[in-house]
Amino acid sequence: MVADPVALQIAAELFPNGISRYAVGGLLVGLGAVVIYVGTGIPAGASTFLESTLSYVSEQSRFQQYVGSRDWRLVFTLGIILGAFAFAATVQSGLVTTSLYQPGSTGSLYEVAGVTLWTTSVQPWRLFLGGILVGIGTRVGKGCTSGHGVCGVGSASKTSLVGVVTFIVVAIATAQIVAALGVHP
Amino acid sequence: MSRETGADREADDASASESEPERTRLASDGGRHPLFLPLILVGGLIFGFGLGFSHMARPEVVLDFLQFDDLGLPFVMFGAAIVTGIAFAVLPRIRDSAPLTGDPYERRLKPFDRNVLIGGAIFGVGWGLSGICPGAAYASLGTGNITILWALAGMFLGAYLQGVLRQ
Repeated sequence: MVADPVALQIAAELFPNGISRYAVGGLLVGLGAVVIYVGTGIPAGASTFLESTLSYVSEQSRFQQYVGSRDWRLVFTLGIILGAFAFAATVQSGLVTTSLYQPGSTGSLYEVAGVTLWTTSVQPWRLFLGGILVGIGTRVGKGCTSGHGVCGVGSASKTSLVGVVTFIVVAIATAQIVAALGVHP
Repeated sequence: MSRETGADREADDASASESEPERTRLASDGGRHPLFLPLILVGGLIFGFGLGFSHMARPEVVLDFLQFDDLGLPFVMFGAAIVTGIAFAVLPRIRDSAPLTGDPYERRLKPFDRNVLIGGAIFGVGWGLSGICPGAAYASLGTGNITILWALAGMFLGAYLQGVLRQ
């Protein structure tokens, strides 16, 4: 089969890093959620951790209602951090190589004790301000990119589908405006 | 802050239980299966490795999607949703309940209301400005991104403000 050169060029423009790292990473994210669901029946999301962890330091009933789940949510988050570190220590460090992984050129890499670590070039003020809005929005909107986007969409939940479409459309508009104002990356 | 009265707590629980129905099932630590927390950790490890591998832990790559420079992100979200979708569809047919909790495999659908749109829009502005969301922020820290602590501090502050204002 001879591939159409025009189609190849369009694909290269739309997907400059290919699709395999995204698809493989997505399958792993789904697998992680499934492992928890199979054993416990819990469709896990990442953002309730914010409120459940606040229950350690605040007596507000809004946070105290999560006392029963705060320990496993802490363990889940610790697992996410350690899992990402395992990725950094293996694939990101070049210890494990695979044609499915495109390293890309975003941010900057640095080395500590033979492990290649990564840091962002996005400005701290954007991370902080964006973080505040994400923290408010995920709690008002009942879910985030994992609760609505992965578990909710996987459940064919109409609420989650509406939530996902809403935040993707608004995020695209926001990111386009921010870029148009000359703020990079 | 003083402890709320029983009535307040109950009222708050009633409204919150719509969005968080699973929390009551694990309200007591007693009787938890010894493999419960280890399994959560393993699930988190795979989840976090996947976020690292997919580059969703890099805000730049999320921003590249939102600015149409690299359309890979939907492969992550929908790739993951397909995997969970298969499990959510198949498991209830082959088993009645989860082995470590005894809880039934069921779809726990969150009720739709105006807040899904309002919260989604606020989330979208924050996500579009920063390129970061909660799970990806935890993973980003694991890949060595110390700067992401700004986003995590913001998220805790936002969740705190929302919780206090709602009270």
